[in-house]
Amino acid sequence: MDYISPLYLFVFLPGLLLLYALIPKKYRWFLLLLASYCFYFLISRQLIVFLLAATGAAYAGGLLIGAQEARSSAAQAAQPEQAAAIRSRALRTKRLILFAAIAVPAGLLLFLKYYNFFGSNVNLLLSHSPSGPLPALRLALPLGISFYTLQAVSYLVDVSQGKIQPDRHPGRFALYMSFFPIIMEGPICRYSQIAPALYAGQPLKGKNISFGAQRILWGLFKKLVIADRLNPMVNAIFNHHEQYSGLVVVLGAVCYAFQLYADFSGCIDITIGAGEMFGVSLPENFRQPFFARTASEFWRRWHMTLGAWLKDYIFFPVSLSRLGKKLTKKARRTFGRRAGQIAQTVLPLAAVWLCSGLWHGAGWNYIFYGLYYFVLILLETILQPLCEKAAARLSLDMHGPLIRTLQTVKMLLIIFTGELFFRANGLRAGFAMLGSVFSGFSWSVFTDGTFLQFGLVPGDFAVAGAALLIVLLVDILHERGVHIREQVSGWKLPLRWCFYYAAILAVILFGAYGTGYLPADMIYAGF
Amino acid sequence: MDKLLAILEEIEPGNDYASETRLIDDGLINSISLLTLVSELEDAFDIEILPADLIPANFNSARSMWAMIQRLQKES
Repeated sequence: MDYISPLYLFVFLPGLLLLYALIPKKYRWFLLLLASYCFYFLISRQLIVFLLAATGAAYAGGLLIGAQEARSSAAQAAQPEQAAAIRSRALRTKRLILFAAIAVPAGLLLFLKYYNFFGSNVNLLLSHSPSGPLPALRLALPLGISFYTLQAVSYLVDVSQGKIQPDRHPGRFALYMSFFPIIMEGPICRYSQIAPALYAGQPLKGKNISFGAQRILWGLFKKLVIADRLNPMVNAIFNHHEQYSGLVVVLGAVCYAFQLYADFSGCIDITIGAGEMFGVSLPENFRQPFFARTASEFWRRWHMTLGAWLKDYIFFPVSLSRLGKKLTKKARRTFGRRAGQIAQTVLPLAAVWLCSGLWHGAGWNYIFYGLYYFVLILLETILQPLCEKAAARLSLDMHGPLIRTLQTVKMLLIIFTGELFFRANGLRAGFAMLGSVFSGFSWSVFTDGTFLQFGLVPGDFAVAGAALLIVLLVDILHERGVHIREQVSGWKLPLRWCFYYAAILAVILFGAYGTGYLPADMIYAGF
Repeated sequence: MDKLLAILEEIEPGNDYASETRLIDDGLINSISLLTLVSELEDAFDIEILPADLIPANFNSARSMWAMIQRLQKES
């Protein structure tokens, strides 16, 4: 069962809504917890123990940190010297608990996700062969571990910084860690963002259910009509890349970027829609990413909750660490203010992008993908003032259509190249594919039937193309601040329902499912 | 307060710091400028800003930054 399976959409979700409406308010959080654990167990079976371990460690860690916080506050009543000593002890103990509590979920993630990658590379370094002192282990990666680990870490750090109070209720805390709509692919939620609504047991509202259902439908449209339709072609090109070159590889990279966007943002739409039905407002994860003008802006629009997490829990802590501050001061003294400003960002940016790359997967292509954006964002930071000066000298409007178009084209090239490495079967394959773009380049592939070898017929291209245009149109409207669901809800009843039926029919008729289509996994659920 | 406004104007010119109340929420100060701002504030006001202080509520307006600076000066 996943978010696009009929069992989830037509049995699990409606059944849960019905039960939720029927039971008293004070038991609703428990129903959501029970449903979340059933959902997770049905998919992951015994791997649920890792979720339980991460939840237990974060819950206990939060309580112990809270106790140290209380000890520190109570010290105010003591003599100043005594109070300072108590506070200092409490701070040391708090840091120790924080470290230990984070070590459990982070350690599980590191071991399960990265042991074999690390082991094979160490073996290669030591003995020049994949078999060496670190044997390969058959490790199953629990579903959603990369997401719930980050939620556990953010909770513990926020408690230790006094931003939130520790949750004293183990069941309710377990719901924050396991809420079924977000457990597979996020968005990565902060405790303060969702916990109050999860526990409130708000009554179901017609508008929430209607808007939630519409959001789910929109997600299904993106996932089934675009992402899953493009899937056979993307697989054919990337899995047999040595057979292709030139425009075919370009097409593969472009289609993969659109497939990934449609797949991930579509599944997030389904997630946010499900949350909305229960009155839980989940954070957005995408904001028209293909309209970004710079690489840093792209990451403020793409997988926004991961970007925000990395900013708050890697970028700032590394920057404001003792080492970070020491380097900053040295850089400013040595290079002056402007160069110092750039130099002080190198270490935290490198840490962020290394973590980002590794978070996506244990492979050199993912590390390369992270470092690719590190270099691009660093270059942007260095070159931005120079570009602005040059534009001023040439009397060019940085916000005018010419510059805007050039920036969009530049960003599309950057995105497609990045996604080529992201999807490639290894770093070597990524470079081979990039190199092959410039060899065997021929326009004849458009007419000689090459594109019909990938399991798609012209009708598939027409449907995917038309659906992408609809997504583009919706993104333009969102960029202009139009709230489409609000607008549609203001239409007259017959017109409104014609629109809803058309949308449902579009998914049923044009979705890539059933006979002739292999079910495609949700891409980010694999991370 | 004038010293703070001068620092802000130097780091990220062009914003109306006296009245703007969504400097972080609206992306008028980005993460990299925020780091420079933190260094400048620490030097200028002899305070230590910790990761826990880096929340939008402390940096969304010059007024909220000033309140944070005064709080940190009292604490140190």
